[in-house]
Amino acid sequence: MAIVTPSSATDRYDVIVVGSGAAGGQAAYTLAMEGARVLMLEAGRNYDPRSETPMFKTPDAAPLRGRGTPDKPFGFYDATVDGGWQVPGEPYTNALPEKGREFKWWRARMLGGRTNHWGRISLRNGPYDFKPRSRDGLGFDWPISYEDVAPYYDKVEMLIGVYGTNEGLENTPNSPDGVLLPPPKARIGELLARQRGRSIGIPVIPAHRAVLSRALDHTSIPAKLHPGNAKAQRLLAEDMQNRAACFWATPCGRGCAIRANYQSTTVHIPPAMATGNLDVLPNAMAREVTVDSSGTATGVSYVDRTTGLERRVSARVVVLAAGACESARILLNSKSAPFPSGLGNSSGLVGKYIMDTVGANWGGHIPLLEGTPPHNEDGAGGGHVYTPWWLYKEQLAGKLGFARGYHVEFETGRRMSEGPISTGDARDGRVSYGHRLKEDARRYNGSFVSFTGRGEMIPNEDSFCEIDPHVVDKWGIPVLRFHWKWSEHEIRQVAHMQRTFADWIAAMGGTSKHRPDPDGTKAIEPGGSIIHEVGGAIMGAKASASVTNSWSQTWDVKNLFIADGAVFASNADKNPTLTIMALAWRAADRILDEMRRGNL
Amino acid sequence: MRCAVETSDPMNPIDPVRIDRRVAIKWMLAAGAGAMFLRGRALGAAAAGPSRTSGGGYGTDPDLMKPYKPGDYWDLTFSDAQRRAVALLSDIVIPADSLSPSASSLGVTDFVDEWVSAPYPDNVRDRKVILDGLTWLEAESSRRFGSPFEGAGDAQRLALCEDMSAKAPEGSDLAPAHEFFHLFRDLVASGYYTTPEGLRDIGYAGNMPLAKFEGPPPELISKLGLADEVTW
Repeated sequence: MAIVTPSSATDRYDVIVVGSGAAGGQAAYTLAMEGARVLMLEAGRNYDPRSETPMFKTPDAAPLRGRGTPDKPFGFYDATVDGGWQVPGEPYTNALPEKGREFKWWRARMLGGRTNHWGRISLRNGPYDFKPRSRDGLGFDWPISYEDVAPYYDKVEMLIGVYGTNEGLENTPNSPDGVLLPPPKARIGELLARQRGRSIGIPVIPAHRAVLSRALDHTSIPAKLHPGNAKAQRLLAEDMQNRAACFWATPCGRGCAIRANYQSTTVHIPPAMATGNLDVLPNAMAREVTVDSSGTATGVSYVDRTTGLERRVSARVVVLAAGACESARILLNSKSAPFPSGLGNSSGLVGKYIMDTVGANWGGHIPLLEGTPPHNEDGAGGGHVYTPWWLYKEQLAGKLGFARGYHVEFETGRRMSEGPISTGDARDGRVSYGHRLKEDARRYNGSFVSFTGRGEMIPNEDSFCEIDPHVVDKWGIPVLRFHWKWSEHEIRQVAHMQRTFADWIAAMGGTSKHRPDPDGTKAIEPGGSIIHEVGGAIMGAKASASVTNSWSQTWDVKNLFIADGAVFASNADKNPTLTIMALAWRAADRILDEMRRGNL
Repeated sequence: MRCAVETSDPMNPIDPVRIDRRVAIKWMLAAGAGAMFLRGRALGAAAAGPSRTSGGGYGTDPDLMKPYKPGDYWDLTFSDAQRRAVALLSDIVIPADSLSPSASSLGVTDFVDEWVSAPYPDNVRDRKVILDGLTWLEAESSRRFGSPFEGAGDAQRLALCEDMSAKAPEGSDLAPAHEFFHLFRDLVASGYYTTPEGLRDIGYAGNMPLAKFEGPPPELISKLGLADEVTW
């Protein structure tokens, strides 16, 4: 079994998994490793990071020095195929075009999806994050608690490899001993930010990222992940030995040919395929989940993108893992006599409560960091440190004016830039050039810090997606129309970010690029632009108020599960990918159990 | 013509603190140093313009493993005379010194040509500024010195650059020339500091595999008083 075509995908499958990213990769991995026969549908093309990753390429080997264009918005070398804010021929629409009401939707059409380029930041939700309504009366509680998910966080961290430390900070869970990999040493700017952050009460601790700071322990981890399953243990041990440790060079956003960071295509899919239980069908654009007259899911109809023809595949169980909004789209487009408003939608909540992460950036110049001796600061690519939310008590006491927190990522030092660079220096004085320009460039490069706030958005009634009644994509499939609105909680959170970052830069002896604006509406980034969209098929304790139960199983169709971020009932400041994988593993375990019991 | 100042940071529509020239150079470098800044700019540019070009770009699935050179994807623009003028002007913006070579010797002329020839909205917008600017430069050189730019003396060419570099009142004759020079400088710096030689010149020492990541030099940690922060 391997990469298949529509004509060879004729076996009887236990499970169809729609999507191949963090959710689809994890679900297919767990199912295939434990013996289920799985067909994975991927809308985009096959993609092989071992042969397609532009390792070590410098910007001058790329068109336009690698700078982002409408074809490749995150840069030429970004590991996104046929995607970005637009996918050719596959539009989405916004109901309200005005500023602040827009939603941006990043998609990729490639095996592994967005896991090929993501930031690898892997944070656990904490106990508060599963019960936010109980804590402050806003949003929704999840029907599960941290304790339900913790064993799956452990497993995912052991499988993919996450560096970091256990600091015991509030709502920032520790991992069991021996699970995390050692963090890389902090860069000079990160050390300075740590020292000066402490002076204003802000903690800085090692980041958690899915990068192998050393090789995984293939002798002990496989038995922990697959107890009693000798074949899975053997295959995983073999595959782990084919993942190299990070060699501290070349940006993670390009993907990694030596498999030192987590991508579905380098971590989940290879061992799952080695079992012989996983077939992968690329270029298969899922249109709808098919059901029989009794309301049981029978399979998936899809468009074969190579021919434009509609095809069908069948299985005992269907798992949607297409990404939160795409999974909602498939559900809403799956209309049938038993389900006239779409599948899983008896509550009317499919597409509702879409959330992104609140984002704002802030830059400053730090004279102390001018003219440091040249040294290699590439490290693990992304941040080596971060700041978890640190004002839980003040917030709960109502002192902040917004209900949920944010964490801080920052970037310092000399990096391999991609052009071009623009300035605002015509505003006052002369445009600098000549020898002065070169001297200044040498002096100032590396003396900047860029802070990035990543905050929790509370789900609201005005942020949702629905089927646009007037627009179809080039395959004839109705597209999504988005509605978006930030609440005062997010707007005030962004204003707080700005004040904090300005104070922090001052504490570092530096100057901020901007003045803090008491109105956060100008600095908040558009909905969707952080690419942490979740919700749209939230899980809950009651069928009337949610789309899935606590096992990510739709209330309406028992053999239909949703493995991606669509089930999130809240979107903590913690980046969602690790939680998506933990929940996908948990849902896959449930599917395996229910199949063994004969319930599916 | 486009106002480079107004569009320099579309994702940060906050009023910048008023800054002097040296500080402004720092912000330019900050943009180069921070991928998030670049990412933000890229997002803004993509959001502001048409969603996609009508064609002629490299598409959404180019071969990333192939090395490219200007002209591989779209035809270049400059005439021989324009190339010579751009090379001369580039080397005034970034001249050779004892530590690193001049802009034109690192292929920056080709990069500027590639940039103004590309089909994407940012490039189409910049193309007009650069081509109009080069036309103005030749006309002004003839008017002042009775010679094309390349035939003028070093001091004459520098005098022209000095005039273009100064902020010009809006609506004045020099305003478009200033805008041109500003953009031209940005393009030259961008082309230069994205080459291995240019990156090395501003202290970038990465992009090479290491057995171990050692962190900052111990003497730098001591100098900045950060030894207590090294706890892992």
